[in-house]
Amino acid sequence: MRSVPARAVEEKVRDLCIDINYHMPRDMLQAFERARETEVSPPGREVLTQLLANARTAASEGLPYCQDTGTAVVYIRQGEEVRVEGRLEEAVHRGVSAGTREGFLRGSIVRDPLRRQNTGDNTPPVLHVEREPGDKFHIAVMAKGSGAENMSQLRMLTPADGPDGIRRFVLQVVREAGPNACPPVTIGLGIGSTFDTVAWLAKKALFRPLGRRNPDPYYADLEVALLRDINRLGIGPMGFGGKNTALDLRIETAPCHIAALPVAVNLECHAHRVREAEL
Amino acid sequence: MTTHHLDAPVADAALADLRAGDRVEVTGTLYTARDAAHKRMAEDIQKGREPPIPLRGQVIYYVGPTPPRPGSIIGSAGPTTASRMDKYMEALLQRGLKATIGKGYRSPPVVEAMKHHRAVYLVAVGGTGALLSKHIRSVRVVAYEDLGTEAIREMRVERFPVVVGNDIYGGDVFQEGVKRYAEIQVDAKPRYE
Ligand code: SF4
Repeated sequence: MRSVPARAVEEKVRDLCIDINYHMPRDMLQAFERARETEVSPPGREVLTQLLANARTAASEGLPYCQDTGTAVVYIRQGEEVRVEGRLEEAVHRGVSAGTREGFLRGSIVRDPLRRQNTGDNTPPVLHVEREPGDKFHIAVMAKGSGAENMSQLRMLTPADGPDGIRRFVLQVVREAGPNACPPVTIGLGIGSTFDTVAWLAKKALFRPLGRRNPDPYYADLEVALLRDINRLGIGPMGFGGKNTALDLRIETAPCHIAALPVAVNLECHAHRVREAEL
Repeated sequence: MTTHHLDAPVADAALADLRAGDRVEVTGTLYTARDAAHKRMAEDIQKGREPPIPLRGQVIYYVGPTPPRPGSIIGSAGPTTASRMDKYMEALLQRGLKATIGKGYRSPPVVEAMKHHRAVYLVAVGGTGALLSKHIRSVRVVAYEDLGTEAIREMRVERFPVVVGNDIYGGDVFQEGVKRYAEIQVDAKPRYE
């Protein structure tokens, strides 16, 4: 049994929270550049140029890439042969708090959804822990902005709706969101399981690296086909019109009931801030 | 693309030339307000009090910045979704508000109301808070200090880059953009929230 001190988890979470808000992942920057080359709309190209400049300014001037430094979504995959010494949940909580303060990030969390008092340090985070075989300990942190999150949707389709129904629903969600999700977006699509878990599948898809196709060729093809159609909607960067509405779409699936076809579309803005580390 | 310069506060005549999709650089004084500050202003108005900031000819920027580092005046300061403020717009437009800066759609009734009151909606590129922050020259909290990032600030900006979202003639940059570039149509209505 390998052991990981809670303190190390806390420090790693803190560092990741800060890092993702100042340093846009390289794959995103490359995607912006590719999009700028292919974009046909002049205002669309201008937006992509600004996104690249914004990323440079964020890193060089020590200003967060976006002022919405997001809800901290922490996804831990803990090997069955690893034990955490101390309280895991508390460590993650403290890591987010320290990252927010030391990184000059915005406190964007209210303690209660209706009485709405800001907690000040962006806690509590949303924490997912999954067990897996082996002795690895992975921590991924996502700073999830609310503009795109607010435009996400979940629907219980019927088995008869099939891939066509999913296509209609996804296109509808992206079209309804339009500029509000800060396109070019990335889409996490969850299919299957039950009402409660399908949304997590969609979020989990966003944790996968950009362009990493589903290992099942059937779903990999569906990812490519849906992405192509989304980019024919004409919404474009920031909704000013154009061909680059989405940079990627990734699908995660799970078995489901004979009567069900749950589908969740989790939209993510161009400020796709996620990074993973191993302890 | 045409680039206009706009002084804030805004003179009525300055808005006549602006068309949806034009680039504008704003220089002058703005007020920041987002969800919680709008709710308070609405409560003030409902109780018969005037809001704590002047509105005639003014520009409101929908932003909740990140905290400044020591020695800086502000952190990252990009726009938030404008349509969440839609239900407060009519009352503010009636008091002479001339422009708002945010990101995303405005609802059809607000587009109508802006046309009626001859006001514009300006779009800043969402998520470029670092870049936009470089155009901010000074910041001062002027009301609702207890709201933290959501407090109302007076902000001096220089050549703050935006695109006209809705002009005083009812033009809409998002509708026009999609119309021009869409290759497939879907049955969907924009979500104005
Ligand atoms: S949707 Fe994303 S890019 Fe847009 S303002 Fe929110 S966090 Fe920033």
